[in-house]
Amino acid sequence: MAEAAAAAPALQLEGVTCTFPSPDGRGRSYTAVQGASFTVADGEFVSIVGPTGSGKSTMLNVAAGLLKPSEGRALSFGQPVTGINPKAGYMFQAEALMPWKSALDNVAAGLEFRGVSKAEARERALPWLSRVGLEGFGDRFPHQLSGGMRKRVALAQTLIVDPKIILMDEPFSALDVQTRQMMENELLDLWAADRKSVVFITHDLEEAIAMSDRVLVLSAGPGSRLIGEYRIDLDRPRDVAEIRMTPQFLALHQEIWAQLRDEVLKGYAQTKLR
Amino acid sequence: MRSHAKRLPSRPVILLLQLGVLIAFFLIWHLLTDTKILSPFFFGTPGAVLARTWADFASGVIWYHLGITLLETALAFIIGTVAGIAFGFWFARAPLVSVVFDPYIKAVNALPRVVLAPIFALWLGLGIWSKVALGVTLVFFIVFFNVYQGVKEVSPVVLANARMLGASSRDLFRHVYLPSALSWVFSSLHTAVGFAMVGAVVGEYLGSAAGLGYRIHQAEGVFDTVGVFSGMLVLTIFVVLIDAAVTMIEKRLLHWRPQDTGGGQH
Repeated sequence: MAEAAAAAPALQLEGVTCTFPSPDGRGRSYTAVQGASFTVADGEFVSIVGPTGSGKSTMLNVAAGLLKPSEGRALSFGQPVTGINPKAGYMFQAEALMPWKSALDNVAAGLEFRGVSKAEARERALPWLSRVGLEGFGDRFPHQLSGGMRKRVALAQTLIVDPKIILMDEPFSALDVQTRQMMENELLDLWAADRKSVVFITHDLEEAIAMSDRVLVLSAGPGSRLIGEYRIDLDRPRDVAEIRMTPQFLALHQEIWAQLRDEVLKGYAQTKLR
Repeated sequence: MRSHAKRLPSRPVILLLQLGVLIAFFLIWHLLTDTKILSPFFFGTPGAVLARTWADFASGVIWYHLGITLLETALAFIIGTVAGIAFGFWFARAPLVSVVFDPYIKAVNALPRVVLAPIFALWLGLGIWSKVALGVTLVFFIVFFNVYQGVKEVSPVVLANARMLGASSRDLFRHVYLPSALSWVFSSLHTAVGFAMVGAVVGEYLGSAAGLGYRIHQAEGVFDTVGVFSGMLVLTIFVVLIDAAVTMIEKRLLHWRPQDTGGGQH
């Protein structure tokens, strides 16, 4: 059983294409992602970078099972993803906490949905709150927390149900730089503790290199495809702020940026056209 | 935006000023009728109105009528709210139903509900149920539109997040749709309770044998202005009390919401 799971990659996308009807109902349809194929090994931290509008979130939604691809398929630990992927946890870019639940109840929600009693779910949520540094904030409601604290709650909420693969869609993009680096380090610490697979979407190349084992580069949309793959063999454990100063980091950054820059420019030109 | 150039005085001072306005109103009324500038026959006198109100409470006759009106209000509110929630959910979750019925809902909502009162009196008699029915038609639409909106306005991200956390459709209803819809219902609670009372009193006024509206109508029939004003006074006092109770309930149930940003239609 364990070996079978180890053999199958945590996530495998095979020729995934996603086409959406145009918003006004007529005219041409819009292809967000074109023939995307990649795998994420068990325990691997993979980042996907690409310019805005390159369909990064679309691929993540396919992996999560929130979106059915027009062509191709997604597999998670060898199982085709049909409907919500039960092995996946998802951290959204936008605010996803339930505003009518306290921080503690938000963290406990996933357990409650799995049939754990409310009292027990709360009891098990408490250590998770302190693990993300929010001890004593359990009875606050989301609007009473800062942006960084809400992201911590969301992180605990995602991790408490023990997903085998975590999908993260620019989770820290709304945070200021200091809070963001703190969160990145905390995420790496939590990840190092039990090495789940992570697919991390970002438009920030530095963030991608600092955190990942592997960086995938997406071309500018529409019809984005994967155009580059880079192995990041920097030592772990890493400190995301310090690692940015090392020569290996700079070399990698230069190499990937050379490819990404053209795509960013293309993407930028298209947003101006739209 | 609150300007901080003009500081408001402290709360006790404001309460004192508010009390002052009330006293001034009664004082002016008293002076104008006492000096016969306004005829006491048409305008009553505050002394007589207060004395009548006091006498009604002291003798206990008013309690029966007040009880009837409050019962009608409560029934109209409860039935209208439950039906509004049920239909609001149904319409929001079944797009075809909502599209087909949309023009009819709008048409019925645009109809002045008072014209239904004689019909209800015919159907349901002069007892409390014709008044309850009138109140229900008023309350239902407020709650219905708010629930519909509340279910429609659920953030798709919050919804997707709950689904990723393993929520079944029952969980989604209980943990996502219902709290969202209820927050809209509660924000329209003041209006709904007010309309329930309007339905009750207007219904009584148009034809009944008991209730505050009935008493006001009776007094009006014999040109008893003091009786009319006394009825209005009792009604006002109870509307204010009910509204205060609603505010308290609202604060308890919506404590998760940031202050000063009320959603919902009014």
